[in-house]
Amino acid sequence: MRDHVIGRLTELALEDPRIMLITGDLGFGVLDLYREKCASQFINAGVAEQNMTAMATGMAMEGFIVFTYSIANFPILRCLEQLRNDACYHDANVNVLAVGGGFSYGALGMSHHATEDLSIMRALPNMKVVVPSDPWQAAIAIDSLVDSPGPSYLRIDKSSAGFEKPSEGGFDLGKGRWIRRGQDVAIIGSGGILAECVVAANILAENDVAAGVLEMATIKPIDEDAVRAAALQFPLIVTVEEHSIIGGLGGAVAEVMAQEGCGTPLVRIGLGDIYSSVVGSQQYLRNRYGMDAAAIVGRVQDALA
Amino acid sequence: MPSTLTSEELAHRVRRSVVDMVHLGKSSHVGSALSIADIVAVLYQNILHFDPTDPRKSDRDRFILSKGHAGSAIYAVLAHSGFIPLDTLKEHYQDGSILSGHVSHKGVAGVELSTGSLGHGLGVAVGMAKAALLQGGKHRVVCLLSDGECDEGSNWEAILFAAHHQLGNLTAVVDYNKIQSLASVADTLGLEPFRDKWAAFGWRVTEVDGHDHEALRKALAGSDRPEPNCVICHTVKGKGISFMENSVLWHYRTPQGEEYEAAVEELNNA
Repeated sequence: MRDHVIGRLTELALEDPRIMLITGDLGFGVLDLYREKCASQFINAGVAEQNMTAMATGMAMEGFIVFTYSIANFPILRCLEQLRNDACYHDANVNVLAVGGGFSYGALGMSHHATEDLSIMRALPNMKVVVPSDPWQAAIAIDSLVDSPGPSYLRIDKSSAGFEKPSEGGFDLGKGRWIRRGQDVAIIGSGGILAECVVAANILAENDVAAGVLEMATIKPIDEDAVRAAALQFPLIVTVEEHSIIGGLGGAVAEVMAQEGCGTPLVRIGLGDIYSSVVGSQQYLRNRYGMDAAAIVGRVQDALA
Repeated sequence: MPSTLTSEELAHRVRRSVVDMVHLGKSSHVGSALSIADIVAVLYQNILHFDPTDPRKSDRDRFILSKGHAGSAIYAVLAHSGFIPLDTLKEHYQDGSILSGHVSHKGVAGVELSTGSLGHGLGVAVGMAKAALLQGGKHRVVCLLSDGECDEGSNWEAILFAAHHQLGNLTAVVDYNKIQSLASVADTLGLEPFRDKWAAFGWRVTEVDGHDHEALRKALAGSDRPEPNCVICHTVKGKGISFMENSVLWHYRTPQGEEYEAAVEELNNA
C-alpha cells in the first residue's frame, strides 16, 4: 500500500511544485522513486518529529501542500502537540502519511503497534482521518487529500482488503461504501482487516446469517448517514478495526448510534484497553487479540443468539 | 511601514499598555512582557518590513513570538503599529475576548502563529524560512524565544535543522532575563555556556543588552551570511518597573491597587 501511496504522490508532485514530502528519517527504499524524481520537493528532517511537524506547518502556511512520513506512532504521538497547536489550530495543509497501521509491524513490538492512532487523531479539530482498505484506494485518497485544505492523517496498512477497484469512484472522502449487502448484521470495518470481515460474512452466510459489510475508509468525518441508516435497517451492528475499541471506528459509530437513539445493539471488535505486548505477524496478532474472521463470526453469533 | 514614533517611545507605550492590560484582565506574565518591550519595539520600529493595512502581504517579514505567555506585549506593539485598534487592548483576558493570555492569531491581524505551549515557534519559523529559500522570497523570519523555553528539546531539533539547511534568513532572538517560572534559570536547568551552545550547533551568535536600542538595532539588522542568526538579549525581567525587576514573583503576580498605581506612576515619570 505504501508503494502505491508514494507512487501516486510522486506523480502528483511532478505536476504540482507545492507538494513537499518530509520524512522523519524513515522510508528506506520506499521513498527512492520520489527522491529521485522530486529531489527539490523532499526533505529528510532527521529523527526529529517535533521539528518535522512544526516545520511542516510553517511550510504549509507559506503555500506548500506538505506530507510528513514516518511509522504510525512517531509522526503523531511524539509530536502530538505540534499537530494540535500548530497544524490543526492553524488549519495548515499538513498531511501525515503513517505507515504501519495497526499490527502491520507486529513483530517489532508495542512501540511499533499503532493501536490508538485513530482515536487520538479523531479528537483533533480540523483533522481528517482516512484508513484505506487497498493500495488503489490509498492512491485515490492521496488525490483527495491534496485537493482538500487543512490537515489529515492517512493510515497506511501493510495488509489490504483485496477489493477490486471499481471502474469509477472507490473512494469518496467522508463516505462509507457497501461491499456486500445483507439484512441480519452490518459489519462496519476500516483498513486491510476488512478482508477478515468478508471472510466472516462468507462463513456467516453458510450458517444462514446474511451479513452486510460496510467499508468506512474515512473515520473522520464519519459517514453519519450511512451509520444511521445501517442502525435503523439492521438488528445488529458490529465494528471491526485493528485498533483499540476506544474512540476509533467503534467509538465513532457508537457516538452516531447513541445520538440516533435507535437502540440497535453494537459490538465493537478490536483491541481491548490493553497494550499488545505479544509480538508476531499481523495475521497472528489479529487471531491472538480476537479480531480475525473466526473471532468476528463468534462475536456475531453470540450477539444474535 | 512602522509608526512615526521612535523605538524608545514605542517601547514606553508598549510597557504602559502591558501594565494596563494585565491590570484590567487580572492576568499574569507582566514581567515576561516588560522584559521584551524594547526588543519588540526595535523590531517593529526599525527592523521588520510590514504593512499594517495589508498584514498578509507576501513579502512581509515574519515575526513569531514563541514565548506566547508574553502575548500582551505583542498585542500592544501590534496596536501601536496600526494592526489592531488600540481600544481592543482593553478586552485582553476578558470574557469572550480574542486577545487571549497566550498569543493567538484568530482574528488578530499581524499575529503569524498562535503559541502558548513553549518550544513550538522556532520549528514553525524554520519551516517558514525554508519555504522562503525554496520560493525565492527575500523576507526574513524572526522568532523570539524565552530563556526557560530553551529547556524544550524541540528547539534543539529546530536549531540543528536550521544550521544544517543554512537558513540564513532566520533569526532567533532569545530573551535571556535569567528567570523562569519558579526560580532562576541557573537554579532550574542552567543554559551556560549558552552562546557556545548555539555556536556549536552552527549558528552565528551575537550577544547584546536587550534594553539598549542602538545595540539591538545593530544586532537585529541581519546579515548576508548563510548560517542562521541567534541574538541573545541580556534582559531584566520586569524591566521598567523597579519593584518588578529581577523578581520571580512577577512572573505570575498581577498588579492591582497600590501596586498598579505605583507601576503607572513609575512609567509615567520615566
